[in-house]
Amino acid sequence: MQTFDLEAQGLRALNSTLHAQADTTNQTQWKIVNPKGSHAIAVGLDAPIEVNIKGSTGYYCAGMNKQATVHVHGSVGPGTAENMMSGMVVVEGDASQYAGATGHGGTLIIKGNASSRCGISMKGIDIIVHGNIGHMSAFMAQSGNLVVCGDAGEALGDSLYEAKLFVRGSVKSLGADCIEKEMRPEHVTLLEELLERGGCNAKASEFKRYGSARQLYNFNIDNAY
Amino acid sequence: MKDEQKGAPRTMPIQSATFSNPVNAEIRRAAATGIYDIRGGGAKRKLPHFDDLLFLGASMSRYPLEGYRERCDTNVTLGTRFAKNPIKLDIPVTIAGMSFGALSGGAKEALGRGATMAGTSTTTGDGGMTEEERGHSNKLVYQYLPSRYGMNPDDLRRCDAIEIVVGQGAKPGGGGMLLGQKISDRVAEMRNLPKGIDQRSACRHPDWTGPDDLEIKILELREITNWEKPIYIKVGGARPYFDTTLAVKAGADVVVLDGMQGGTAATQDVFIEHVGQPILACIREAVRALQDLDMHREVQLVVSGGIRTGADVAKAMALGADAVAIGTAALIALGDNDPKWEAEYNALGTTAGAYDDWHEGQDPAGITTQDPELMKRFDPIEGGRRLNNYLKVMTLEAQTIARACGKNHLHNLEPEDLCALTLEAAAMAKIPLAGTDWYPGKPGTAY
Repeated sequence: MQTFDLEAQGLRALNSTLHAQADTTNQTQWKIVNPKGSHAIAVGLDAPIEVNIKGSTGYYCAGMNKQATVHVHGSVGPGTAENMMSGMVVVEGDASQYAGATGHGGTLIIKGNASSRCGISMKGIDIIVHGNIGHMSAFMAQSGNLVVCGDAGEALGDSLYEAKLFVRGSVKSLGADCIEKEMRPEHVTLLEELLERGGCNAKASEFKRYGSARQLYNFNIDNAY
Repeated sequence: MKDEQKGAPRTMPIQSATFSNPVNAEIRRAAATGIYDIRGGGAKRKLPHFDDLLFLGASMSRYPLEGYRERCDTNVTLGTRFAKNPIKLDIPVTIAGMSFGALSGGAKEALGRGATMAGTSTTTGDGGMTEEERGHSNKLVYQYLPSRYGMNPDDLRRCDAIEIVVGQGAKPGGGGMLLGQKISDRVAEMRNLPKGIDQRSACRHPDWTGPDDLEIKILELREITNWEKPIYIKVGGARPYFDTTLAVKAGADVVVLDGMQGGTAATQDVFIEHVGQPILACIREAVRALQDLDMHREVQLVVSGGIRTGADVAKAMALGADAVAIGTAALIALGDNDPKWEAEYNALGTTAGAYDDWHEGQDPAGITTQDPELMKRFDPIEGGRRLNNYLKVMTLEAQTIARACGKNHLHNLEPEDLCALTLEAAAMAKIPLAGTDWYPGKPGTAY
């Protein structure tokens, strides 16, 4: 286990050290202490390493992650795991706005609550939230899966494309073109796998599925030269 | 009619300036269809522009350089503030961001070829980076847009600069739409959306909401890319003084300022013609912001929107820009709107020079399309050659003017080299009206 004191050694040294880890590194276990809410911790990683952050972080923790597992033993600021490509990010506490925004792949697990715009414009990422999510979550979500074990705020899935949304609790309101959809067997199977991956104590049968009505997919855009 | 009125002169029919024929035609079109017009091509109304400025040239008080002989440099370095690897260009004319999807792969390749031959940079666009443009662009700027279509850390690391797009001149405050007919299998895959559906580009970024957030976003991008890449911030011509100030505050290496003539983005006609400012009105305000922050030349200013000639380049630089970017002009150089396709433009209900429905994918020139048959018409090697020629001519023209003003580098052009032909241009560019030493709003004057 490699230990990195962020307060003492600084952000630039941390990220450049983690970026230097190749696919074949044997330094696969990292512990970061004294994060103290710093921004851009462990961003742009691209190696099969596990990074444990002992405390809470600021903006964009684990942004654009590839391959790595980043485990935050605290809460995270806005934009955690934004544009993640692969790997896994686990947040023991709560997540601020835009968690998993535009993520292309990988898994984001939030064991507390997530604030507004969770999964905004997601493009393939799987996001599993043990608690509640805030308003405008999954706005323009393109693909991937969002699982919410608690409640969802206003305008869930507004202008949704092909992402699948599963919510166990209440939904305050659905956004434009987002509708409740039938939970078919393949969705139950998918959700069971996601719940297991996320370590959720919930049954797939307790969830409702939401998706796009596909009424906004083609706009009658032009009648002029 | 009474007998005494017969043969008397009659009131001549007068076309209303307010309800002109084009206005009335648009009212009838709207009434018939119930939908607004979307188009590209930038603002088509007559606007105060670089044509309203003139260079004074050398005279008794200025010493010119010999036209074809004496040295007049054109190089520019962008991104000197924070980036480890600033971009060094041979000429100050760059290629603006235009997406793969909006443009064919061949057109993107041609832009890369032409820009590389001329020693300048090209820019990606909404939709991600293609191998055609990376492979053929010696210097490639990677746009970081609200949609984040195709955004990934590998391409961030293999670009030469990152341009965070906050706004475009054609539509400051607006998003975009790529119509389904242009969403081929390849475009769909790059954007992670189903084939054939319209793809919206959001008007604001998904994970930051203001300049304070943007400062942290820039920190993240710099950390991911090892602080190597210059970070540009592109804004539409809205509030250039404040937008430039905030971009610098957020940590930009380069500010890209796009006036309302910026034409390659498709949006509502009403948006194009009624939102934003002409680039002429924006440059001096942006320069003032940089000067107030003691950042002029430290943070470079790239301006765009209606740049057509070497004279436009020279005037923009005399007003304080470090470089310019071209979009529409580059497409025309490649062969867009060429009269040789007139019959086909007619079939689309338009004419060469007026074709602006680039978003619909039916471009007879094969440039703004994903149609395989139309794309065959465009030769990227020939397109690159034409673009290089055009960029060379623009540069030579700008040098000619600079030498006549006694300047051995385009960057040495200055506002004192100019006069304005109209009051509007004088006021916007803060350049004295021709024949006077005055412009509206000049400090120390009553008006």
